[in-house]
Amino acid sequence: MANINLKLNGQQISASVADNLLLVDFIREHQGLTGTHVGCDTSQCGTCVIHVDGMSVKSCTMLAAQVDGSEVTTIEGIGSSDNLHPMQEAFHENHGLQCGFCTPGMIMSAIDYVSTAKNPSEEQIRDALEGNICRCTGYHNIVKSVQDAAQKMGG
Amino acid sequence: MPEGISNEGIGASVRRKEDKKFITGKGRYTDDINRPGQLHAWFVRSDVAHAEIKKIDASAAEKADGVVAVYTGDDVAADGIGGPICGWVVPNRDGSATHEPPHPILAQGKVRYVGDHVVAVIAETLEQARAAAEMVSITYNELPAVADLADAASGAEIHEGMADNRYFDWELGDEAATEEALKSASKVINLTVRNNRVIPNAMEPRAAVAEYDDVADAYTLYTTSQNPHLTRLVIGAFMLSIPESKLHVVAPDVGGGFGSKIYVYPEEAVCTWASKKLRRPVKWTADRTQAFLSDAHGRDHINAIQVGLDDNNKIVGLRVDTLANLGSYLSAFAVVTPTYLHGTLLSGCYDIPAIYTNVKGMATTTAPVDAYRGAGRPEATYLLERMMDTAAREVGMDPAEFRRINFIPKDAFPYQTAVALQYDIGDYETCLDKALEMIDYKGFEGRRDEAAKRGKYRGIGLSSYIEACGIAPSAVVGALGGRVGLYETATVRVDPTGTVNVFTGTHSHGQGHDTTFAQIVADKLGIPIGNVEIIHGDTDRIPFGMGSYGSRSLAVGGTAISKAVDKVIEKGKIIAAHLMEAADADVEFAEGKFTVAGTDNEKAFGEIALAAYVPHNYPHDRLEPGLEETSFYDPLNFTYPSGTHIAEVEIDPATGVVDVVDWACCDDFGNLINPMIVEGQVHGGIAQGIGQALLENAHYDENGQLLTASYMDYCMPRADDLPSFKVDYAVTACTHNDLGVKGCGEAGAIASPPALINAVINALSPLGVTDMSMPASPQKVWQAINQAQAKAAE
Repeated sequence: MANINLKLNGQQISASVADNLLLVDFIREHQGLTGTHVGCDTSQCGTCVIHVDGMSVKSCTMLAAQVDGSEVTTIEGIGSSDNLHPMQEAFHENHGLQCGFCTPGMIMSAIDYVSTAKNPSEEQIRDALEGNICRCTGYHNIVKSVQDAAQKMGG
Repeated sequence: MPEGISNEGIGASVRRKEDKKFITGKGRYTDDINRPGQLHAWFVRSDVAHAEIKKIDASAAEKADGVVAVYTGDDVAADGIGGPICGWVVPNRDGSATHEPPHPILAQGKVRYVGDHVVAVIAETLEQARAAAEMVSITYNELPAVADLADAASGAEIHEGMADNRYFDWELGDEAATEEALKSASKVINLTVRNNRVIPNAMEPRAAVAEYDDVADAYTLYTTSQNPHLTRLVIGAFMLSIPESKLHVVAPDVGGGFGSKIYVYPEEAVCTWASKKLRRPVKWTADRTQAFLSDAHGRDHINAIQVGLDDNNKIVGLRVDTLANLGSYLSAFAVVTPTYLHGTLLSGCYDIPAIYTNVKGMATTTAPVDAYRGAGRPEATYLLERMMDTAAREVGMDPAEFRRINFIPKDAFPYQTAVALQYDIGDYETCLDKALEMIDYKGFEGRRDEAAKRGKYRGIGLSSYIEACGIAPSAVVGALGGRVGLYETATVRVDPTGTVNVFTGTHSHGQGHDTTFAQIVADKLGIPIGNVEIIHGDTDRIPFGMGSYGSRSLAVGGTAISKAVDKVIEKGKIIAAHLMEAADADVEFAEGKFTVAGTDNEKAFGEIALAAYVPHNYPHDRLEPGLEETSFYDPLNFTYPSGTHIAEVEIDPATGVVDVVDWACCDDFGNLINPMIVEGQVHGGIAQGIGQALLENAHYDENGQLLTASYMDYCMPRADDLPSFKVDYAVTACTHNDLGVKGCGEAGAIASPPALINAVINALSPLGVTDMSMPASPQKVWQAINQAQAKAAE
């Protein structure tokens, strides 16, 4: 077992976790934050993407024990229904989601990308989202959403 | 429309009501649900394709930490639990019936594919169930695998007494007339195509949480379903043999379906069955490899096509002989998909006087194959549109013009095809012309030359499709071997304050029903969409329903809603007439108000709703109180969306990589309720079609092992594989439903594969390449280029 202290969506928490507990299971099963999803077993699909210290990571590929001392942000921590993050707003405005299952991971990846990219082109956005699979949208409107948010976020 | 809501009605691109929960992480999918005291199930699956089970030793697993139960096929048999049923069968050519072998939910005696369910291990935690499953030892007597469709008839017997591994041998059309037409044709062209096998891959894996209430002797099952009432019927009546009223099925937020979540699978039945045996909730969630192994796969046809042309290049006859792979067991709609959803579409958009088709449904030792986005129509469109390009090339015609001269003209509707369907309306030439303009077809040769200067082969490919949606008139379904009715239901419940709850039997798993359906109701009642709630996915709340597939939700379910709203308005008129002391016939309803013709008397919709629930002054002699109406709508015909998609590609001869550089399409879906949502459906469909044509393939080796069972091996389309799409519409309103709508969910996946492959062949045709199979992988394309160059050098 490992004792960890972390800031989760702005709140300082402590937990005792099994050494082999995946971060995604800690988030979903222990913390009840089910907005982060699991869509594969091989770290390919990106539905589990969260931010650790501001960087997007696939939470199925980290252990809970590794986030000791870190700031962890999940989809639940970036905005609320009456105060959406610009990226959430852009996905809504541009119909960037259908079934919604890939959406939290997609938004978390996109926020990290836009935070460093300046005026990204369509091609650059498509390259940046290579680690997130969506089966519904054909990506067309996701790309539009990210481009829209990038402008609004001044990226 | 009252001020302020005119941008919310039919035809407006309203932003989706359902978005907020998904973008904030508040969606509630099946795996997000946990019940107190729940156990976890894990399945030991066959790791061989075909074998007799000699012995199952589960003694170590039974003693393992946390294990509560271990079940095998013997336990299933002892409790008399039935298997998944086949929902539609067809007659054989000789008049005999489809062969329907049993499909036990845990294997009994034999396993028939890698992934077949053999043992269920149920434990306190998922880790314990998985660890104990590893301890189960199964001794098999291996039998030869039957992995490839082409060899299925001569392979080892898969089901006892089923000759040639053939489930059925079906035909449609006039064989003699077709043979005569081909004989008298001035040119006959032959082509054989393979529609490759693909795996649906909804991003949310299948899952189930089952709970038994011993006081009520009733079950609740939360599951990933496109049609919860169908799940209730199959598990209740056919598997557990319990009253339907004792099984409550909830399909909460569902993360995509594409057909794969229509069917009832063994896992959810095992969880439900075990929840009573163990008196504790039982949960199971697939991992991705299990999804690859055991979700119903799609497509997998071999089609031999013969088309005859007259001197003017008009098609005079078409014969298609199809082998369809249905896998190890018959899934619910496995039989209808390659027959009545495929053979009936072989006329496409074309005036073809004689058509005949024979379809043999074959068993192999692979996962069951069933409907996948488009279900039979993509296979029909693929073979036909590949043939259209092949024939055009052989007679030296431009492929667009060859299609044009063979189109059913727009003044020929209703049009009776040679394969049973009667198309109500369409305008194929307008879609073609618009798509040609959108992609600048005339400028293509210039773009080809420019690409050649950069060392790239550029190609353009067309596909003009038709599909049959809005499945389906129940009487027709019944006459053709279907075992269900395919109407849809809606209850419109008006609250005393005038807000509206709509209970629909369809299910939304990405399609945006919460918004589209609310727009219909808001438009008809003249109220804001914020006052309309759409409720679906719960058998205890919704009267009944057949679910969502076959692009039926709007054409059938939406029409049911429209008709229920009409009944509300009719009742409202009688109440209004009473209140305003007018004759019923003088009351009109528009823009949310009941008015009396020729007077300035009016009652708002909300006032009438209140009067219905507080009926102090009310026509009690004529009406019951309350304002709630239900409609069961059974459609009169299929709907027939159509259109033209055009792909433009560039191929790098050094690598064989096909780059999709442009895409234009013009679709006719009839009237559009929410163009933004429709466009999203088109995008997603095209992406899935491009995936099949370029990237995806379910590959079994000769031993029946699935080599593509993870995202490292199965190539899903990603953002950087695709272009943005140019989408536009032509509108011919459906003639036989109130909304004039046709359906848009599958069109992209139906139209796109042949457009893409035609573009690849077009790009390489200067080298002499005339064929390319799906997926057009870099390896295949590179080989085609190099073989053609080697041949030219000879």
